[in-house]
Amino acid sequence: MLVYTVRRIIGAIPVLILASILTFVMIDVSGDPLAEVRMAQPPPSPEVLQQAEERLYLDRSMPERYWLWVTGIGGNGDIGLLQGEFGPSTQGPQYDIGSNIAERLWTTLRLIGAAMVFALGLAIISGVISALRQYSKLDYTLTFVGFLALAMPTFWFAGIMQAAGVKFNQLVGEQVFATIGDGRFRAQGEPLWDQFLNAFAHMALPTIVLMLISFASWSRYQRTSMLEVMNSDYVRLARAKGLRNHTVIRRHALRTALIPLTTVVAIGIAGIIDGAILTEVVFQWRGLGDFFITAVDNNDSYALMGWLLLSGVVVILANLIADLLYAVLDPRIRYE
Amino acid sequence: MSENATPGSARRDPAKKVKDSADRTQLQTIMIRFLRHRPAMISLIVLALIALFAFVGPFFWMWDHTVYREIPSNQPPGGVHPLGTSAAGHDVLGQLMRGAQQTLKVAFTVSLLSTIVGSMWGATAGYYGGRVDAFMMRVVDIFLIVPLLVAAAAIAGNTGAGASWYAIALIIAIFSWATIARVVRGVVLSLREQEFVEAARASGASAPWIIIRHLLPNAAGPIIVAATLLVAIAILAEAGMSFLGLGIQLPDISLGQMIGSARTAVSTRPWLFYPPGVLLVLICLTINFIGDGLRDALDPRQTRVRR
Repeated sequence: MLVYTVRRIIGAIPVLILASILTFVMIDVSGDPLAEVRMAQPPPSPEVLQQAEERLYLDRSMPERYWLWVTGIGGNGDIGLLQGEFGPSTQGPQYDIGSNIAERLWTTLRLIGAAMVFALGLAIISGVISALRQYSKLDYTLTFVGFLALAMPTFWFAGIMQAAGVKFNQLVGEQVFATIGDGRFRAQGEPLWDQFLNAFAHMALPTIVLMLISFASWSRYQRTSMLEVMNSDYVRLARAKGLRNHTVIRRHALRTALIPLTTVVAIGIAGIIDGAILTEVVFQWRGLGDFFITAVDNNDSYALMGWLLLSGVVVILANLIADLLYAVLDPRIRYE
Repeated sequence: MSENATPGSARRDPAKKVKDSADRTQLQTIMIRFLRHRPAMISLIVLALIALFAFVGPFFWMWDHTVYREIPSNQPPGGVHPLGTSAAGHDVLGQLMRGAQQTLKVAFTVSLLSTIVGSMWGATAGYYGGRVDAFMMRVVDIFLIVPLLVAAAAIAGNTGAGASWYAIALIIAIFSWATIARVVRGVVLSLREQEFVEAARASGASAPWIIIRHLLPNAAGPIIVAATLLVAIAILAEAGMSFLGLGIQLPDISLGQMIGSARTAVSTRPWLFYPPGVLLVLICLTINFIGDGLRDALDPRQTRVRR
C-alpha cells in the first residue's frame, strides 16, 4: 500500500508539470496584460510602457517567462511558484496575488466543502431509496428531479433561490436568510451562537444551489451501483442465511455500493469549482470566484495562471485521494 | 386496411409472416428501439419545435434582438409584446429567439468539433496502445482536470472572443474534446483485438485506414451518445460564460447573457428572468433525454458517464 501510494504521488508530478505548462501557455498566448495601458488616452510614453513590461517580465521570451514563473530564479523576488510567489499583478504593485488567494480560499472551500458533504449525504440516501423501490412513484420522481437538476443552469437556480430567500424573509418579517455576501465582516466579537447563526444565514442558500448538480449526478450513480449490488449473489446469500433486511442492506449491500462513488465524486470536483464561481457571483461572495472575475477583467495573467493551477492541483489531489481510498475500500484490489 | 388485420390473424397467416428481429437490419432495430423510448421521442419533438422557434421564428416575428426606439421600456407581457420588453427597449420574444439560436449554434458546433477531434485522438491512442497511448491519454487527463467553464471563460475574457459565436464555440471545444477521446479510446481498446481488425491488418490496410474505415464506424454508438450529452454540457458552459459577461457580447445575445442582465430584476421584472431560464432548462432536458434514448437504443449495456 505504501509503495502504491508513493508511486501514485510520483505519477501525479508529470501531470502537474504538464498542467502548469498548459495553463501558462494558454493564458500567456491568449492575452496581453498591458492591452489597456497601450490603448490608454493619451498614449503612455515609451518609458512608462517599458517599465511596465519589465515589471511584468514581458520583455522576456515565453519559455524564459515560464521558467521564471515556476522557479523565480532571475526575477525581482515577486515571482516563482516554488518560492511561494505567484508573480506581479496588473492591478498595481501592491496587489499580492498569493495573499489574496490565501485570504479568499477559505471562503470558497467552506462553500465547496459544505455543498459536497450535503450533496453526498443526500445522494446516498436518495440513490438507495430509488434502488430499493425501483420503478415506484418515488423512484420516478427522484429520477425526474435528477434530470431537471442536471439541466438547470446553476446561476439561474441561484437567482431563483435568492429571490425566494428575500420573499421568505419578508413573509416571516425577519432576516432568516442573508442573500448577499459571505458574512465575513460581521462575525467578530459576537457570542458563538450568533456567529453560527450568521454563518448559517449566509451559507444556507448558496450551499443548496451548489449541491444540486452534484446531488443529481451522484444519486444516479448511487442508484445504479446499489441496483447492481442488490442483484448480486452474495446479497442473495445473505438473505438466504436469514439475515434481517436492514442488516443485509446496510452491512452487505450499501458498503459495496459506496465504493464506486469515490471515483465519481473526485471526477465531479472540476464541475463543482465551476459551479462555485457562478454561485459566488450571484450571492456576491468575496471568494475565489470574485477573484477570478476581477483577474479576467484586468487581464491579470499571473493571477489567472495561479488560479487555474490551484484548481488543477485541487482536482489532481482529489483524484489521488479517490484512488487511494478505492484501494483501501475495495478488498478485491491489492496493490503490492 | 383489410378485415383480417388483427395481430392474431396475421400471426396465423403463413404468407404474412410478422417481422421479427431476424428480418430487421441493425439500423432498423436501433430505430425501433429509439422510437419506442417515449421520453426521447417527446424530447425530440420538443427540441425540433424549439429549433424551429429559434431559426425560423425570427423571419416571422417583427422585432429582432436589438434595441428599437418604438419599443416602450419595461412593459410587462401582453399586447404587442407577448413576453414584455426590457429596460433598454428590447422585445423579449425577439431576444429569446435570437438567444436560443446562438445557444444552439454554439452547442452543436462544440459537439461537432469535439467529436471529430476527440474520436480521432482517442481512436489513435487506443489503436496504437503502449507508449503512444500512455502519452496521448496523459494529455487527455490534463484537459480533463481544468474546470471547463473557468478555463473557457479565462481564455474568452483574455482574447475578447465574445464578438462572434464561433470563437466561443471553438474555445469551449478546446476544453471538451477530451471526454470524447476517453470514451472512444475505451471502445477502440476492445475493438482492436477483434478478428475483423486483424483481417484488415493482414490484408495490408494502413493504420489510418483501419482507424477511419473499421474502428470508428464500429464505435459509432458510444460516440453518438457522448456527442449528444456534450451538447447539453456545452450549452451550460456557454450560458455560464455569457452570464459572467465573458461569453457572447452585446449587441448580440444569448440565453445566459439574458439571465445575467436580468439578475437583479428577478422579483421586480420576472418576465426578463424566467423565460430564458425555462428555455435553457427545456433545451438541456430534452437533449439529455434524447441522449438517454440513444444510449438505450445503441448500446444497452453502457452506463452513462458524466463529468
